[in-house]
Amino acid sequence: MLLTLMIFVPLIGMIVVLCLPRNAEETIKRTTLVFTLIPLILGVMLLAGYDRESEDLQYEVNVMWIDAFKIHYHIGIDGLSVTLILLTVLLGPICVIASWRNIEKGIKAYMGLFLLLETGMVGFFAALDLFLFYVFFELTLLPMYFLIGIWGGPRREYAAIKFFLYTLFGSVLMLIAMIAVYLKGGTFDIPTLITLAQQDGHALANPVFQIWVFLGFFIGFAVKVPIFPFHTWLPDAHVEAPTAISVILAAILLKMGTYGLIRVNFAMLPEGMAFFTDPEAAVKLGRSATWGYGLAILGFINIVYGSFCALAQTDFKKLVAYSSIGHMGFVILGLAARNESGVTGAILQMFNHGVISAMLFLLVGVVYDRAHHREINGFGGLGTKMPIYTGITTLAFMASLGLPGLSGFVGEALALLGAYSKYQVLTILSTIGIVVGAAYFLWTLQRVFLGKLNPKYEGISEINGREILTLVPLGILTIVFGVYPSLLINMFNQAVSMLPLVP
Amino acid sequence: MTSLTNIQSIPYFIPELILVVFAVGAILLDLVNRGRNTERVAYLALVGVAATLIAVIAVGSSEKSLFLGMIRLDSFAVFFKIIILVATAVTVIFSIKSEELDPRMKGEYYALLIAVTFGMFLMVSSKNLLMIFISLETVSLTSYILAGFLTHNPRSSEAAFKYITYGAVASGTMLFGFSLLFGLTGTGDVVQISHRLTEMFSAGEAYPLVVLVIITFILAGIGYKMASVPFHMWSPDVYEGAPIPITAFLSVASKAAGFALFIRLFYSTFQASNIVGSVDWSLMLSIVSALTMTLGNLAALPQQNVKRLLAYSSIAHGGYLLMGATLLTPEGIQAILFYFITYLFMNLGAFFVVVLIANELGSETIDGYRNLWSRAPFVAVSMAIFLFSLTGIPPLAGFFGKWWLFMAVIKQELYWLAVVGLLNSVVSLYYYARIVKAMFLESSDETDAISFSWGNLALLVVFVVPTIIIGFWNTVYEVSRASLGRIVG
Repeated sequence: MLLTLMIFVPLIGMIVVLCLPRNAEETIKRTTLVFTLIPLILGVMLLAGYDRESEDLQYEVNVMWIDAFKIHYHIGIDGLSVTLILLTVLLGPICVIASWRNIEKGIKAYMGLFLLLETGMVGFFAALDLFLFYVFFELTLLPMYFLIGIWGGPRREYAAIKFFLYTLFGSVLMLIAMIAVYLKGGTFDIPTLITLAQQDGHALANPVFQIWVFLGFFIGFAVKVPIFPFHTWLPDAHVEAPTAISVILAAILLKMGTYGLIRVNFAMLPEGMAFFTDPEAAVKLGRSATWGYGLAILGFINIVYGSFCALAQTDFKKLVAYSSIGHMGFVILGLAARNESGVTGAILQMFNHGVISAMLFLLVGVVYDRAHHREINGFGGLGTKMPIYTGITTLAFMASLGLPGLSGFVGEALALLGAYSKYQVLTILSTIGIVVGAAYFLWTLQRVFLGKLNPKYEGISEINGREILTLVPLGILTIVFGVYPSLLINMFNQAVSMLPLVP
Repeated sequence: MTSLTNIQSIPYFIPELILVVFAVGAILLDLVNRGRNTERVAYLALVGVAATLIAVIAVGSSEKSLFLGMIRLDSFAVFFKIIILVATAVTVIFSIKSEELDPRMKGEYYALLIAVTFGMFLMVSSKNLLMIFISLETVSLTSYILAGFLTHNPRSSEAAFKYITYGAVASGTMLFGFSLLFGLTGTGDVVQISHRLTEMFSAGEAYPLVVLVIITFILAGIGYKMASVPFHMWSPDVYEGAPIPITAFLSVASKAAGFALFIRLFYSTFQASNIVGSVDWSLMLSIVSALTMTLGNLAALPQQNVKRLLAYSSIAHGGYLLMGATLLTPEGIQAILFYFITYLFMNLGAFFVVVLIANELGSETIDGYRNLWSRAPFVAVSMAIFLFSLTGIPPLAGFFGKWWLFMAVIKQELYWLAVVGLLNSVVSLYYYARIVKAMFLESSDETDAISFSWGNLALLVVFVVPTIIIGFWNTVYEVSRASLGRIVG
């Protein structure tokens, strides 16, 4: 019930907001804030009641929804989803506060769509029925299209439709895979399917079948992550989206892709996963061993390619967007390792990247609201005028480039550690990404904050209380989980051990 | 299976009789009114449709053959009759609202609309080749007149002319196919034909080539009604030229009747395994299906006129529906039935918005929809819901319809067709989103609010609500399942 409320309270909020008069802007914003704070409070209660030691799904609800296809409303959480759900409900109010001043038109529709988006995201992470999972996955598409398309920057129309088309393309392939799984397994229930897929001789356990289905799901999720070569929508969408939406995009929507990879591809399709992560398994099926490096190579490309692209950017937001691609590569690499430290690192990196990228996009938004441009070379010496802002930005940069003691380090280190035992060369090459990451962040820091003050920004104002309010909770998490990551790892190590790991 | 005699059949034929009475009544009322107050005729037509609906439900499905085996009254026929009636009622209401029709002519227009409905009733229940042809012609002839109803508009006349030319060729071809089939089997009853064909194939006496020719010829006639490639050429011009209410009607009711006829004929006649084994018409159909949706979607991409865009989109939807028909499995047919329920609401809803905008702004182009969001938010949001539902985005009804169709296809392991269909859905997003983009993302110089009457908005709600909730509603799935019933009998 608690989980159901968390999913649908934002939806109720949307209906309430839509009933409010259009010009009561303050009321609309406050109502939205309330309806995003309720899920946060529920989330805290959820966390309080969450048993870290348990192997079972928690807060499970399972009722029949559509008889004709045995579709259930089946939700529940385990270690894989709990952190992401909490991150989602935490970012809800933060994004509403971040949108408080800089949404100029149609605030009612904006807030309504935002609440719908939150329902889709929380629902997606909670869903345990494949069909429900898909419906929530797609439910995030529509609000996102409008949020980018209406409130975005100059090229918003192009960015919005590109995002929509890419994601829909991925998800229709996922749909075919899903139907194929249903027809073989006779159910949409993810836990049941996981059991069936591991039974010897079951139609679902057939490696060839699993490989094809794996590909269908994989492309669907890969577009979302985004994994090279499906990533080109991301820089456009990020650059055009308003600040709060960029935050959601980077922190949550990208995680939907990797979460799906773990929940479906990893847990449900072990044979398919093996084919793309284990050269021996590929050879055993009579294919070239190269297939077994497939996922790791994609992770490696993401890391290196994303980092080098980021290095080349002069647009602050685009830089952060490409750095996201790079950091998601560590998640893929960690998953490709399929061992405990690799997967733990991947999941840790998902959460931490969510927090850090949210901070980075909020910070870009702060300076953009003041200067109305994001050209990195167009600033200079802001540190003298905005010391607090500079401090917080430095924290976020350091966390993102993987400074030990901050949260970004732990996930990446574990992912690399896990991957090293299987793919030595690729892992070593991947560390290039970290070096380049340090380079572009430090270089940006220098160009924007250090040096002589650009006279144009003589009168630029310091970060205000509202903006600090959005950043502080994230900053605290960055430090806490950097110093004491076990707090986070304990929440999901039980779930990791349940995955079909290889030593 | 015994069939009832003519006299015994009459009680089961009451819905059709009511339609005939009201068609004649509409003409008489128009005559008495001398072409004034045509709204009265419209209301009479609505009463007629309502009475027929009640009669259809009251008579129910008796799974009987009527008139010495000419038509069959089963749940399948009842299902399509209800779909057609709803579409007719909606068309009448659209026509009252529509300002493009000549008010003096509207009286006979409504009479013709009821006559078309009568023809479609026969089409969905015919089980004899002769009856099939007669019903098809009844529908076609009246449709030609309706399509050309804007006598002052050359496009409308062009539409009617194209419609009639294509129609004549198509039905002639089909008739030739029928005559061959009759010559081969010596009977017009579809079930008997099936038995004969099966016997002939198992005795090795049949010529597969002849059967292939027959099937191809019949498909030409029915494909024309379903607007499937390569017999679709008439439909964009007709859809664009015809009055908007008629376009809406043709794209839903005519298509539904065509599919009903097709399913009944093929399911009864050519379904036996040894026929399918030697004449692979299902492969032919899957290719037609793939071509139909691809062509419909690609042709819709560059359209600037919303009506024409929806015309091509409706060709594409015909292609999706054909996927369900490729193997005529019960699963596929049920999916088609369900899809028609969703299609009824989303497609008519979209056309209704087109009517409203054409009335208010006099524009049918996408540019005319610019900034509609701030001018008429409710209409814009409704249109977006219809269009996204047509694309097949969950949680809207269209998604669930497509979902079932794709499931039927994948169950038959026609993976290539499923992939083609789904990629087509992605393509279709692009042009549907162009309208959405114009409505929500683009600004225009016109910013003053457009107000619509409460009646119009209420009618819009009637389309919007089902488009949102059908997918979550178990009963609709059950109805679609149950309506397949026993087509063959």
